[in-house]
Parts: sequence; structure tokens; C-alpha cells
Amino acid sequence: MGAGHGHKLHFHGHSPVHRAPAHLKVLALLAFAVVVVATPRDAYALFAAYAVLLGVVIGVSRVPPTYLLKRTVVELPFVVFAVLLPFVATGPQTEVLGIGVSQHGLEAGIALLVKGTLGVLASLTLAATTEPQDLLVGLERLRVPQQLVQIMAFMVRYLDVVGGEMQRMRVARESRGFSARDPRHWPVLARSAGALFIRSYERGERVHLAMLSRGYTGRMPAEDSRPGVSGP
Amino acid sequence: MSTPVLDVRGLAYAYPDGHQALFGVDLHVHRGERVALLGPNGAGKTTLVLHLNGILAAGAGTVAVSGLSVEKAHLAEIRRRVGVVFQDPDDQLFLGTVRADVAFGPANLGLRGADLDRRVLHALEQVGMEEYVDRPPHHLSFGQRRRVAVATVLAMEPEILVLDEPSSNLDPASRRELADILRSLDVTVLMVTHDLPYALELCPRSVVLSGGTVVADGSTYDVLTDDALMRAHRLELPFGFDPRTAVPRPCGGGAAVDSLQPTPTSEEYP
Repeated sequence: MGAGHGHKLHFHGHSPVHRAPAHLKVLALLAFAVVVVATPRDAYALFAAYAVLLGVVIGVSRVPPTYLLKRTVVELPFVVFAVLLPFVATGPQTEVLGIGVSQHGLEAGIALLVKGTLGVLASLTLAATTEPQDLLVGLERLRVPQQLVQIMAFMVRYLDVVGGEMQRMRVARESRGFSARDPRHWPVLARSAGALFIRSYERGERVHLAMLSRGYTGRMPAEDSRPGVSGP
Repeated sequence: MSTPVLDVRGLAYAYPDGHQALFGVDLHVHRGERVALLGPNGAGKTTLVLHLNGILAAGAGTVAVSGLSVEKAHLAEIRRRVGVVFQDPDDQLFLGTVRADVAFGPANLGLRGADLDRRVLHALEQVGMEEYVDRPPHHLSFGQRRRVAVATVLAMEPEILVLDEPSSNLDPASRRELADILRSLDVTVLMVTHDLPYALELCPRSVVLSGGTVVADGSTYDVLTDDALMRAHRLELPFGFDPRTAVPRPCGGGAAVDSLQPTPTSEEYP
């Protein structure tokens, strides 16, 4: 059930999209992504259709579009790349707003932007409507190898812990008058990252010790103990 | 006397880097006892704890749990018998729900289905956390996580519960609640702690480890009132606390446990 304030990407709700089984949602996302990527890049009508379809799903899920749009910032590096493409690509030239750019580069850039945005939005919709725990159970049902699911489970579990540690380190840095305003401060950030890595590594060791102490022998106990699979 | 639950003889250990942490430790804990393991930082307390369930292997000497020696051949049974609760509950609770975490130990012992569910719920009832069974551990308060960490070990029905700094980072109310829980359990306890009032409150007997050897073993009251011993081993009572004037807790909750204690050493509170 969860406490309703799960992960940062998760938007609590009870829409049909929220309630749909996680493994179906994962499959749907996968299929959607493959189809979008496989579509020829000049089939703009199709892309419009995909966008409408995605819009309908988001509408049904009642997740506010602004909530999703704010989180599309992860796409930023790709956007930069897509914007650069028309300038660095070679081939026949064309003019946009009086600036000469590469015809191929322009098309490739637009296609990259459109496909990327569709994929990111669809992924965010999945994340917003599915609790991380359910997602893991869904992946397990899709027969994703145990080890991979376990690694993801550890990530979900410790993301907040490591995030909290990072936050505390930042507060401790800033409490001593530090702020990373220019590149001269980057070495400090790099050392913080290193310290965080060591701390996380040591925590990993301690978690492993605690697991060994409870009889762990290198294999997770069978499905029964997986959250959501057993019990009421 | 009966076989001790914990029988440590001449235990010595040096870390791979050459640093020697233990120099011949002798320790016996009998069934039903609650023993505090005291000592300054770096005394080797944690190293000793890691020997009790075979995480570290003795360099010299032996460790036996209820007559079964700690060695590779029966590590699984040793780890069932010795339940270690680590200091940071975030190290102990690593799964997505309280239920899965408490089930982890007994599932490793081969329990499944309804038996497993019963174990999990019983362990959570013992620490008063049964209503949180389907919550993710990272949404619980620190005190609640500490209690769930105790339950993850209780679910394995250990013969001895080893707690590393159980009262650290707890607020006074959580600290008292945990004390009530520990008193109510029918299990032998070895508790590593710097919280001397807590040791006096919960453990009739104390063992002082310093410089890798046992330097004192007696009633907690006697240890805490031995000023020379305390000073020699960097043990200090918190400001304003004097065991001579501390009011013993009115007996309650743990009557069944108290009757099990073969060595009622420390009933001599003034």
C-alpha cells in the first residue's frame, strides 16, 4: 500500500492508469518507445498521433501536465545536442531565420527532439503512476533476471538514504561558508562526491554484513518474501 | 552449570592490516542473562561482536554458542542462534517493506508461506510494530526503524540477541520504549553500549572490554561505582548521574525473564 508520499517522481492517484498492472505498463512503454524510434523521421503526422495518444493517457491518469513537463528537464543534454546538430552536420545547406544550417542536421535534430521528448514523457508518466515497489514486482513478473531486480530494489531503497547524506554534506559545507559559484570551487565538490562514494561503499559493506548475520548465503530467499507477492 | 549460551575462550584477532584488536578475550553468558558490554571507543567491542556470529574468524581461541563452535561448517545455525542488531537501522533494513525485511532472516532459514507470515507478525508484535508491516522502512521514524531492526532478528528466534549501541540516536521516549521491549523479551541479551545509565537499567551484569581484553566482569552497579576502574578505562557517567542514588526501576513487564536468571548478581541497589 505505501504511505502515499513515495518517490519524487511518483504522483499519488487512483486513476485507471495508476491501477493498471505494472508489468502491462512496462510492456506498453517499451512497445511505445520502440514504435516511436522505428518511425521514419519525416512522418510528422504519425508523431502527432503518438503525442495525442500520450496526451490521452496522461489526461486519464489525472497527473497534471505541468508536473510532468517540469520533470522533462532530464532531457536537457539531448536538447543541447539536437540544437547543435544543424550547425555541425554537413551536406546541403538551408536557411532558418537567416542562418545557414545543414538540411540533414536540421531534420535529424528535430527528429531527435521529437522522439526523445515522446520517450521521456511516456517514461515519466509510467514513473508518476507506478510506485517503485510495484514496478519491481512488475519487472519480476516479466522474468527480468533476479539479480537485476535486486540491484534496482537496492537502488530504490537507498536512493533516499544516499540523497539525505548528500544533502547533509551540502548543508555542512554551506554552514562553513562554502558555495560553489565558480570552477575554482569544483575540486571541493569533487572531493565531496568522492567522500559520498566511499561512504556509500562502506554502507554497502555494512548492509552486506547485516545480511550475512541473518543467514544470507548469496541468494535471495524465494519469491515468498518479495513485497506484494505474498501476504494480505 | 549448564552449557553457556555464549562461551568465548582466549579469543584473539588481528585485522589483515596487522592491527590487533583482541588479545585473549574470555566471556561466558548464560541463558536468560542480560549483559552489557562496556568499553571506550576502539576497545574491540564491535570486533568481538563480529566474531560471535562468525563474520570474522578467530585468530586464536574459540567461540561457541550453546555448545556449537563457531566455524564454517555450521555458520547457518550459528547465525540463527546469534541475532545481531547493528547500530544503524538503515544498514539492517534494506528491502522495500517492513514485512519483506523481517521475513528475510527466517526465509533464509527455509521458512515459507503461512509459517513465515506467522513468524513475521509475531516478531513485529514483540516490538509493537505490527501495524507497520506493509510500510516501506524508510518512511518510518528512526526509533521505529530501530524497533523493526530488532524484529528482523527476533524473527529468527535467536538464543542470544546482540545489540550494538541500541540506544544511540534515540530520543528519550524511544529509548525508554526500547528498554521496555528488551525487558519484555524472553531472550538472552548482550548489549554493546556507551549509555551507562541504560546498562544499569537493563543489565544486571556488565563486562568491560578495554585494549582488547576483559578488564572487569561483575554486577553493573559494582562496575559503575568503581571509580578507579572507570577512570582507567575512559568510562564516564553522564553529568548528574550517580548509580548510588539512581532509583531502581519498579519491577514490571519482565517478571518471567527475571525468574530465568541464574545469576541475580545486581539486586544490591541501595
